[in-house]
Amino acid sequence: MSRYTAVTDADREAMLATIGVDSAADLFDAVPTGLRMDRPIALLDGQAEQAVYAHLRELAARNVSTEDEVSFLGAGMYDSYSPALIEMLMERSEFLTPYTPYQPEVSQGGLQVMFEYQTAISELTALPVSNASVYEMPSALAAAGYLAKLANKRSRFVVSRGVHPHARETLRTVARGYGAEVVEVGLVDGVTDRDAWFAAIDGDTAAVFLQQPNFLGQIEDIADLAEVEPVSVCACDPQTLGILRPPGECGIEIAVGEGQTLGNRLDFGGPSFGFFAAAEEHLRRMPGRIAGETVDADGARGFVLTLQTREQHIRRERATSNICTSQALNALAGVVYLAWLGRRGIVELGELLARRALSAVDGIEPLFDGPVLREFAIRFPGADRARVEAIVVACRATGVNPGYPLGRDYPEYEDALLVALTEQRTRADIDRLVESLTVACSAMGEKRREVAA
Amino acid sequence: MTVKTIFERGAEGRRAFVAPPAEVPETPIEELIPASARRPTAPRLPEVSEPELVRHYVNLSKRNFDLDSGFYPLGSCTMKHNPRLHERVAALPGHARLHPFQRPAAAQGALELMWDLERSLAEISGLPFVSLQPSAGSHGELAGVLLTRAYHEARGLRRHKVLTPDTAHGTNPATVTMAGFEVVKVGTSADGGVDLDDLRAKADDDVACLMLTNPNTLGLFDPNIEEIAAIVHGAGATLYYDGANLNAVMGVTRPGDMGFDIVHFNLHKTFTQPHGGGGPGSGPIAVSERIEPYLMTPRVTKVDGRFDLDYDRPRSIGRLRGYQGNYGTFVRAYAYICSLGGDGLAEASATAVLNANYLKARLAEVADEHLPAAYERICGHEFCLSGAPMKRALGIATLDLAKRLLDHGYHPPTVYFPLLVEEALLFEPTETETKETLDAFATAIAAILAEAEEDPEIARTAPHTTPVRRLDEAGAARRPVIRQQLNQEE
Repeated sequence: MSRYTAVTDADREAMLATIGVDSAADLFDAVPTGLRMDRPIALLDGQAEQAVYAHLRELAARNVSTEDEVSFLGAGMYDSYSPALIEMLMERSEFLTPYTPYQPEVSQGGLQVMFEYQTAISELTALPVSNASVYEMPSALAAAGYLAKLANKRSRFVVSRGVHPHARETLRTVARGYGAEVVEVGLVDGVTDRDAWFAAIDGDTAAVFLQQPNFLGQIEDIADLAEVEPVSVCACDPQTLGILRPPGECGIEIAVGEGQTLGNRLDFGGPSFGFFAAAEEHLRRMPGRIAGETVDADGARGFVLTLQTREQHIRRERATSNICTSQALNALAGVVYLAWLGRRGIVELGELLARRALSAVDGIEPLFDGPVLREFAIRFPGADRARVEAIVVACRATGVNPGYPLGRDYPEYEDALLVALTEQRTRADIDRLVESLTVACSAMGEKRREVAA
Repeated sequence: MTVKTIFERGAEGRRAFVAPPAEVPETPIEELIPASARRPTAPRLPEVSEPELVRHYVNLSKRNFDLDSGFYPLGSCTMKHNPRLHERVAALPGHARLHPFQRPAAAQGALELMWDLERSLAEISGLPFVSLQPSAGSHGELAGVLLTRAYHEARGLRRHKVLTPDTAHGTNPATVTMAGFEVVKVGTSADGGVDLDDLRAKADDDVACLMLTNPNTLGLFDPNIEEIAAIVHGAGATLYYDGANLNAVMGVTRPGDMGFDIVHFNLHKTFTQPHGGGGPGSGPIAVSERIEPYLMTPRVTKVDGRFDLDYDRPRSIGRLRGYQGNYGTFVRAYAYICSLGGDGLAEASATAVLNANYLKARLAEVADEHLPAAYERICGHEFCLSGAPMKRALGIATLDLAKRLLDHGYHPPTVYFPLLVEEALLFEPTETETKETLDAFATAIAAILAEAEEDPEIARTAPHTTPVRRLDEAGAARRPVIRQQLNQEE
């Protein structure tokens, strides 16, 4: 008997007799002899639970987490606080262990969570329709491109370099499959180059892609940039949507975003969830599950998966997306987090981040002059990418992770570092960052002009 | 009974969140953000206290059926037990609070875990090169078809068609279209396998790939797999293995040995990542040497005992999502593999197949007349019955049987799939169920059939004991209400 199975020898004997075969091996008669493994699977022997725990703990101990250092790493995922009640709810068997609610009568909990989630995302983005989640932001942005291509049958995408580099790369990967071209528009003073943007958009353009705040932390004038004919898509940081004008009020047709900060862990990059909200006209081309309200045989309100004729299990090769399993549990965390923050809390959190960011850039001169919300770039004039990476390593020695070297994705900003704040980084942490950068730079003989602490 | 939504609870001014002190000057928001970029009114999120919030969602949870409470033989979904150990180890801060952009030197434990999981999946599948990046099975399929495109294009070939059997999961044809190929369906033979004549006729030099599940969605292992591989490779196409049904063959045979070039794994099925009510999942892929150059970036590397991420892969198709994939699911799958070892995984598959054949035999004993097997063969980890005779003789449809099972405390099997079986029911008991559970389930099916002989109306109007009665799905689709209308104010 192996772990988690229950068949005793006596069971097996009785079961084989009922089946009408002599041995368990007979159950695999259909597998051609030449294809059968003639040896055991070459993996280590199974271990007892406590040994597996110890091994996984030892691996965890060889990672430097945000509990082990004062981290200003962001670049799309942030060390936000998730309240304890979310962990409790996500670990409840009733949410953790079922699958997609194909039987709505015994899935009203999950379906109502989806409906509430859709309402919250719709409200946050000021767009009328939301699905019940997709994988994460970059693939959500790429999915928006596919929706646009289905909607207007065009095959050209224009994307700002202010969009997360992983999202741009994901868009390119999938667009190549169906033969769409991806054109990038550069940045001026940290925001999308307005002239180049409008010049790049033509009659073949299926969709345009922005990010708010953009990858460098700058606020884009998305209302201006969205005044174009193709489908406009914007990736949004949900923690800023309490204070930033929502995409739906800026003429954006599809808003996507990373749900990690809404109650989910960093988890080295996933699982989190992506949100996907759109204008009404795109409802029947949306990817993913959508919960809808209905009534039962007694007239009581209930919820079901709806508009399934968009989906792969019904429409097959004519489906609007291939997505099946998405991120329901992480989306649960998302809606609980938003309800926990509440109507006032989401504004207060946004203001808190913006005030701390302003105070931080008082001490560290930022690369760009624009207002900052939670993330900003700082420069080390004359430094190349290796130098910036070395500064990061030097800061690490003082227990501070100062941020993300931009040169990895932006050769034009190879002397810059992207610094992110969350509500967990206190005033004292920010002071430590400034001090750590100063020490690291002076130790390396680096110019200190930009680090005026 | 109607339950309030979170938006219908609470009162203005109520709250759960308390902001930490700013510790910095209270600069007015007007000075922080230009008016044109500011939100004029706060989003109408709920205003509830923490106790209210907890009670609302705990009570909602009680309106779900779940695997920890009962038998969940949902075909094609591999609802096997989810060990709690996996939740514990995934929550360790060194895993859970590790930033995806942490420098590789400070994430050696995570990269080693990914490397070892890759090696394990390679050994299980018989295909040596693994990318853990895709987020779910269908995402892995998309990776596989895009890799196929890259492989052919590198040879100067532009092929336009991808073959999928008519029994395929819906994700297969949907993926093919998304990747810019045309779907060509291949028929099913009388014994439930690929129709070889049809395959030969369609496998021409415009075919890029055949996507196949083996055992297929009927739960039947295709004994002609070697010939299928020969036909497909003979046409210069690749062979793709949809790993949704891998739980049937671990330790018995390997996709790589069968001739497949690309396989995806559903970590949430075979490797017991909890299904979460519809995710998160994870869909790593393994490929043969000829496909390897095109694998997604980044790849985990190991040099002199140090792990790193390699982004410099000029022939790669690129990336399909952010960061390194659903790492939290890797931790759980890896813990599972450590717990079971090679022998335990083989035992899991052997038992899954035993349990499926046993339940099939028990149902044949009690219900063969009304619910015959779609194909009379030894099955893999799942099997398909047809409810058509039941519908004709008793006047209850597959849907009615499924709904009546809810009253008996069981999750029904997958219904109306695969499409080619009339009134289909697809049962997948998994290896983690006891013989007693399977016996009791067969008894419940027999009881429902006997009851329907007396009074079919009971099943037709089922369920009767669930939090809500049968729901109007057609009405929901006709007039979609997919968000709550919130009070207009201000």
